[in-house]
Amino acid sequence: MNVPPGVSLDDFAEAIKQFEEAVGKEWVFTSDEDVALYRDAYSPFLGEPDEIVASAAVAPDSVEQVQSIVRIANRYRIPIYPISTGRNLGYGGSAPVLSGSVVLDLKRMNRILEVNERNAYALVEPGVSYFDLYRYIQEKGLKLWLDVPDPGWGSLVGNALDHGAGYTPLPFRDHFESHCGMEVVLANGELLRTGMGAVPKAQTWQQFKYGLGPSVDGIFSQSNFGVVTKMGFWLMPQPEAYRVATVWVPKYNDIIPFVDIMARLMNSGTINCHIWIESPVYNGPPDAAREALLAKPDGGSAEEWDHYAQEKKIQFWGCPFSFYGLSKVIDAQWEHVKEQFSAIPGATFEEGESFRFPLTPEQTERVGERSKLGIPSLGVFSMGARSPVNPTPNNGHLWLASVIPMTGEAVLEAQKVFTKAFREWGVTPSVGLPQSYHWRAFVLLYGFPITNDVETNKKNRATFDRMLRLAADHGWGEYRTHTAFMDTAASAYSFNNHALLRFHETLKDAVDPNGILSAGRYGIWPREMRKAKT
Amino acid sequence: MKKLGACLVVALAFFLVATALPAQEAVSRSSAWTTSTTPSQGEPRGYVQYTNDCSMCHGEGVGKPGTLALQAKYKGAVPALLDKRTDLTQALIKQYVRNGISIMPIFRKTEISDADLDAIAAYLTRNNKP
Repeated sequence: MNVPPGVSLDDFAEAIKQFEEAVGKEWVFTSDEDVALYRDAYSPFLGEPDEIVASAAVAPDSVEQVQSIVRIANRYRIPIYPISTGRNLGYGGSAPVLSGSVVLDLKRMNRILEVNERNAYALVEPGVSYFDLYRYIQEKGLKLWLDVPDPGWGSLVGNALDHGAGYTPLPFRDHFESHCGMEVVLANGELLRTGMGAVPKAQTWQQFKYGLGPSVDGIFSQSNFGVVTKMGFWLMPQPEAYRVATVWVPKYNDIIPFVDIMARLMNSGTINCHIWIESPVYNGPPDAAREALLAKPDGGSAEEWDHYAQEKKIQFWGCPFSFYGLSKVIDAQWEHVKEQFSAIPGATFEEGESFRFPLTPEQTERVGERSKLGIPSLGVFSMGARSPVNPTPNNGHLWLASVIPMTGEAVLEAQKVFTKAFREWGVTPSVGLPQSYHWRAFVLLYGFPITNDVETNKKNRATFDRMLRLAADHGWGEYRTHTAFMDTAASAYSFNNHALLRFHETLKDAVDPNGILSAGRYGIWPREMRKAKT
Repeated sequence: MKKLGACLVVALAFFLVATALPAQEAVSRSSAWTTSTTPSQGEPRGYVQYTNDCSMCHGEGVGKPGTLALQAKYKGAVPALLDKRTDLTQALIKQYVRNGISIMPIFRKTEISDADLDAIAAYLTRNNKP
């Protein structure tokens, strides 16, 4: 049996016995075979001795059982690591940050406690997946939409707490932004409700976020200060219609006015959808001429890239814009968008799918980009799975996701910085493309496959780590990262001698003095482990 | 790893291609809407569990990467749909569910219990020839 660090075998055995008394023997997992099920299925340490593994897992079915587990863990100083559905793949999955932790598996807490159509909200437990809530809404015939991430089998609670996002309009696609009220088991076992949930007779827990006094919900996201056992979410009323249309522009430097126009339209509410700026130039099939340009010391000039795009007869940049709402309003929004982007010479416009709701099952079956309509799907796994265009499937992926300003200049600069670094590091240069899930800023994404080859994974990890540091040098922090890189990613937020991290540590020491909850999550370590590290 | 960058670009391209593929793989004979289907009472347990836990990836229709992967792997030599196969063993099904394969992750017992996995395995081997 693997034993948590710093815990005696006797204490661990006693804690396991008490866990079994709290939740039932069948829901405490200690055999090697069972504990292996909690491995990170997409671990960047696949097949290496450094892979982070749990010592055991315990799966409660109720808030009271969570409270009991937390108290037992405190008694024996057992590090525990809550997971919701364990499907945060690419960001650590169901494995802890600290090897030897006991995973607190909340999947059995999968109750949909309330879905309110009149006021468009839901209250759910951590084990509820997007598929679960979607099925519930469909079965009840409610005129409500979910916002779903890719893929849809994750937990609403877990995804929101890790600042995950989806594709429909804001605030719904920013899953933490669209939450309203949470219930938390603190490290001492006490139960806390935020916002209006703190008023015992309030009926507005899922309608008014702030309550009175400091708004503390944020400290329970990307942290280790409590175990969230319930969470409310605002849902989007089913719109009348949906339409997607793409704007294309032909030249390298067009991205500057393109983003300016787009940002103005977004900030004024004309455009409210997930943004992914595409580039047929960079996204095209493998091409020697493109690789030659990227390999040049300057990565290719604007003129050279424009020449490349003209030769290939492809547009340089584009973005599909999705519109949701009344069809007459959508028509007017799209006309306005076209009018605005027409200021860029050579801009072209491409109509895409349009729907009126509700869809029939047959129509739903034919929808390509389901997540844009709030329909959970696992289709995103086509990205790494075996397919006609991908004969060698991956074993998972990592995402570098740096937050950069929403300007064309910032996109070009970040692309140049990373491309130059790739050349210097001996990595085939590539070009990341910006997306926008949350308010205002871009996230520049770079994907890394997890392979069967240990050496390849080692090199990818080294590159990932260097990219994190390089990004930080330029003022670009991550919005989220894999558990293996949380210390590095958190270290970028270093203003005033890491004042923010030191504040997090102060909170940690106050609310979890024994350091039992999710040691190391997002760089926040318990006091004793900080001492050991230094 | 010399192909890191290429992997990124290729990965994104795969995504785009994959999302453009549905027209090729769309199955018109069924309106199976697996993301919203809750089998009616009385359905065999294995079918119910398969529908809830597996078919969103291995079912038919648009956006089913498990089906797409098996079509790419076997090129029609065996059905791409798991529930149409007659050559799977229960041991193999359990091995993949509990260990994962490629992009398919491990499934824990809190997600699919041993009893549910037994039922799924029985359902997927129901048409095997003795």
